[in-house]
Amino acid sequence: MLYYLPTHEYARVEGNIAYVGISEFAARQLGNVVYVDMPEADDDVVKGEDFGAIESVKAASDLYSPVSGAVVEINENLIDNPRLVNEDPMNNWIIKVEMSDPSELDSLLSPDDYQKLCESEKH
Amino acid sequence: MSEELKKTCLHDLHVGLGALMNPFGGFDMPIQYAGIEEEHRAVRSAVGVFDVSHMGEVAVTGPDATKFVNHIFTHDIRGLEQGKVIYGMMLYPEGGVVDDLLVYERGDDDYFLVINASNIDKDVDWINSHAEGYDVTIDNQSDMWAELAVQGPDSERTLRDVLGIDGSALGFYTFETLNSPDPLIVSRTGYTGEDGFEIYASADVIRRYWQKLIDAGVAPCGLGCRDTLRFEAGLPLYGDELSAEITPLEAGLGIFVKTDKDEFIGREAIAAQKQEGPRRKIVGLELKAQAIPRHGYEVLDSEGNVVGAVTTGYHSISLDRNIAMALVDARLASLGTELQVRVRRKVFPAIVVKKRFYTPNYKK
Repeated sequence: MLYYLPTHEYARVEGNIAYVGISEFAARQLGNVVYVDMPEADDDVVKGEDFGAIESVKAASDLYSPVSGAVVEINENLIDNPRLVNEDPMNNWIIKVEMSDPSELDSLLSPDDYQKLCESEKH
Repeated sequence: MSEELKKTCLHDLHVGLGALMNPFGGFDMPIQYAGIEEEHRAVRSAVGVFDVSHMGEVAVTGPDATKFVNHIFTHDIRGLEQGKVIYGMMLYPEGGVVDDLLVYERGDDDYFLVINASNIDKDVDWINSHAEGYDVTIDNQSDMWAELAVQGPDSERTLRDVLGIDGSALGFYTFETLNSPDPLIVSRTGYTGEDGFEIYASADVIRRYWQKLIDAGVAPCGLGCRDTLRFEAGLPLYGDELSAEITPLEAGLGIFVKTDKDEFIGREAIAAQKQEGPRRKIVGLELKAQAIPRHGYEVLDSEGNVVGAVTTGYHSISLDRNIAMALVDARLASLGTELQVRVRRKVFPAIVVKKRFYTPNYKK
């Protein structure tokens, strides 16, 4: 199952685990990613609060967590190769979170609603 | 924002090229086309063209033009030869900067001032308000002139082959006026740290030139890489390294302020600051960590006290280093000083380095 925040982060949910990354739309808007500032394993993240940042040449953008819970893994491939986020943002998740409250997913955007949001942001 | 964004005469062509457009200095400007990195590299290694029609142009003419420009401008234009371009600032009496600008000497009684887009209204008011008692005419021609910057090691050849303009005789910071049939100004100037030219002409001519350059394969370049390029060369941007609150001495631009001139607005303040030494200075910083310093981030001393702030910072495209310019306490400004930069939740070690990170390749 796939969910989104209006700030363009996704949560791809498998059981109690959420893989959190940024959407294809956001990756395209950012341009080349030069650095991903990630938390550490075991750090707590809170839904709607920033857990790191993603940086293009031009600017740093905060990353917001779509779910609350504990970081069980960060995507270490992004340390040396942040551009993987541009190449395939859906498979190159940033953090893997063990959710503490899966009911939070109910308040996130569905893929359809998220698409509509992106369409409106293009104008 | 209730104010309508202005458009340059090339706006539709930028949109047609798929540029990412964003407001800058009151204009809807292209930030990037293919991407900041690609455009940056095109200028460093070959040639790129920028629409800089947002820049302001003011003509100052009349019998007192030399005296008047010298009164509002920090550099000394007395004895400046016709055909020369000179860089300097207009200052407030307290020493802060109204704007930094280029002055083109078209004749003893005819100067062409090129000012920042974001400051056009402020500058024109400032210039007019100090003209009393001088026999001069001040003409804000910003809407009349469009401007291209052709920048990079191949720019001379590109001007010749694509536009039929022979710039080979132009030295760095000189210009020529062509009448073709409308007036057109070509100068060997720029804001990238590379050889290059800036062309001022009517909207019609600039549109034709832009299209010829694009058709010839010259990379269209946006304001994104204009900033990364000027930053690597240690060139200041008004609003970052210069402002009403930052003096030219603090910015390390003292050589453009001729305090030995009889008088100009801000002279006493700068002379006094020269005597005492500025309390803050713009320095270069390098972070060894994988974190990028950005405008506004705090700079700390080794004990964690805030001693300044980053004015511009990037992961440098040409140098592959995380570097910044920062305004810091002058006591901590010497090369090799160990400082720290706060990047979001963490603090990273930084070292003071030369702010001219990239050695410019100007044609002298």
